[in-house]
Amino acid sequence: MANPTHRHSRARRDKRRANWKGQTPNLTQCPECKEMKLPHRACAACGTYNGNKVLEIVEK
Amino acid sequence: MRHKVDGRLFGRPANQRKALLRGIVTALFDNQRIETTVAKAKEAKRIAERLITFGIKGDLHSKRQVLSYVTCRPTASKLFNDIAPRFQGRNGGYLRIVQTRNRLKDSAPMAILEFVDYESVKQAKGKAAKTEKVEKTEKKA
Ligand SMILES: [Zn+2]
Repeated sequence: MANPTHRHSRARRDKRRANWKGQTPNLTQCPECKEMKLPHRACAACGTYNGNKVLEIVEK
Repeated sequence: MRHKVDGRLFGRPANQRKALLRGIVTALFDNQRIETTVAKAKEAKRIAERLITFGIKGDLHSKRQVLSYVTCRPTASKLFNDIAPRFQGRNGGYLRIVQTRNRLKDSAPMAILEFVDYESVKQAKGKAAKTEKVEKTEKKA
């Protein structure tokens, strides 16, 4: 069966994992409330999209 | 290879997939606006728009076509009597998908599927539709 023939050092393991990077979301400013939001999504802060009220925001 | 094979499978057998979409489309006609995943909304939109066009046409054959899809009769009559007249003279594009957020449990991208004249419907209904909450979860019917 296919199995690793040699153990990798911690350095090789960590060098591999060094390339696991997060990505920063590409945010745009909401035209209604100036809050940052994801493009093509309704604004989570004021619930509008293209000037239409889409969501009712409920406080918790 | 499944190059250029259209449509989403939703990881379900054909009968369950069909039932799922029938439920979503019926719920949309009942409630005027529903929240589902983006993928389900996009798939339901094309079916629902076809049915609304049947509604505008309004002849006997159209009625039979709609009744063979929608899961309940009152919803079909609602489509012909309430919904279709609003879209008289419009050729398609009756529905709108607005992407909203990622679902809490599985981070599925969610969207609201609504009629393009939903704002005026909401005003006509007044309080009834205003109680829509963000927490409202996916409708499957
Ligand atoms: Zn906003």
